[in-house]
Amino acid sequence: MRLTVNGAQHELHSPPLTSLLTALREELAITSPKAGCNQGGCGSCTVLVDGEARRSCLVPLAALDGASITTVEGLGEADELSPVQAAFNEHYAAQCGFCTAGFVMAATALIDRKPDARREEVLEALSGHVCRCTGYVKIVAAVEAAAKGDVHPQQVEPSFEPEEAEVLIPGSPA
Amino acid sequence: MASTSLEAAELVVPASRDEAVKAFGDGSGVTVFGGGTILMAEINYGRLRPARVLMLRDAGLSGIGSNGSGLTIGAMTTVTELEDAVEPLGSAARNVADHEIRAQATLGGNLCARSGGGTPRGDLQAALIALAATVKSAGNGGERAEPVEDFLAAGADGRLVLEVELQEPKRSGYAAARRPHAHAYTILAVCAAETSAGVRVGISGAGANALRARHVEDALAGGASIEDAAQKALDDGQPHDDALASAWYRERLLPVLVRRALDDLGGGR
Repeated sequence: MRLTVNGAQHELHSPPLTSLLTALREELAITSPKAGCNQGGCGSCTVLVDGEARRSCLVPLAALDGASITTVEGLGEADELSPVQAAFNEHYAAQCGFCTAGFVMAATALIDRKPDARREEVLEALSGHVCRCTGYVKIVAAVEAAAKGDVHPQQVEPSFEPEEAEVLIPGSPA
Repeated sequence: MASTSLEAAELVVPASRDEAVKAFGDGSGVTVFGGGTILMAEINYGRLRPARVLMLRDAGLSGIGSNGSGLTIGAMTTVTELEDAVEPLGSAARNVADHEIRAQATLGGNLCARSGGGTPRGDLQAALIALAATVKSAGNGGERAEPVEDFLAAGADGRLVLEVELQEPKRSGYAAARRPHAHAYTILAVCAAETSAGVRVGISGAGANALRARHVEDALAGGASIEDAAQKALDDGQPHDDALASAWYRERLLPVLVRRALDDLGGGR
């Protein structure tokens, strides 16, 4: 089974009825798509298949030979966010972050097919996505801003590199 | 027969309608894979381990064609493609799930969907009933064409849905309870249409499959007012309790939605 994922070619060996979600996470270690409900109802596994938003948990590898997949990992870099990513950052549109990748991919697909999407279209396009932190107001604001092009260039810290942690064990010598 | 692992599943991907019909045979031991929105959830949760999977994606069964007096809609046509096809099918299609699911789910799957977890499925069925649609299917005894309500009554077991034929209606009407969430099943929806078969009314959400409201149709044909005809819906539907609504609520809602759908029909579209 051949797939292009975020521009790179891969030969996958999972059984053909394996969901794209499982193959991405467990065979390719691409973990932005989240396994929320595994039955299509939460939106957190949404990726782009040949440019269109799809639930990766509901698409088997057997339906994808030769397809091109895009996940959040293929959108932008830390020093060059995609417009939707930048809007999410600017509007504080992520809380715990579990649903964020799904919302970002669905919003990316929406703006690709309707570059000037209005609020009602944003709500309709995101209606199947669940945010259990209930942060919908900021998510919708971010997508509306991205659709209007009201996004400012910005850079996020590329990574968090913790210093070696000090481990304190009660009762042991300091 | 169920196999025990995903590795063991035999995959058949026919490249034409004829190949699909041949590979399906009498359907025994075959799991038909249309869009996958229902099957994949079953597979993901380990409730289904199909032995032989017939994937229809390349079988040439998708698309909407015009045959002069009506439309022929392939079984693999997506719900998204139906949104602007013909009323009241379009209204029913727009009321299914969300953008991503509609783009993947198929007409054939919606006709064959069994009720899941005690909740009715098959939102498009009521529209097809109202439109006096004919279902063409293959299986034991060869190909068969029958009214959609007969297909639903007989059950989809052993049948491979190939296409649906219907007429463009003279008038159409639609009314549905608002869904609490995109992924909630329809609580109740009523479709009405006038074709050469007369005015027909279909109801989704008052039984495991959609049903035809013959008592309503007969009352209308007998000259009853919309208000009186709508009350007859309680002789057609069997309002039930489930997680989304009580039978008590459905009993009160059903005549209201029938009236609204018939009012909508009256206005024409």
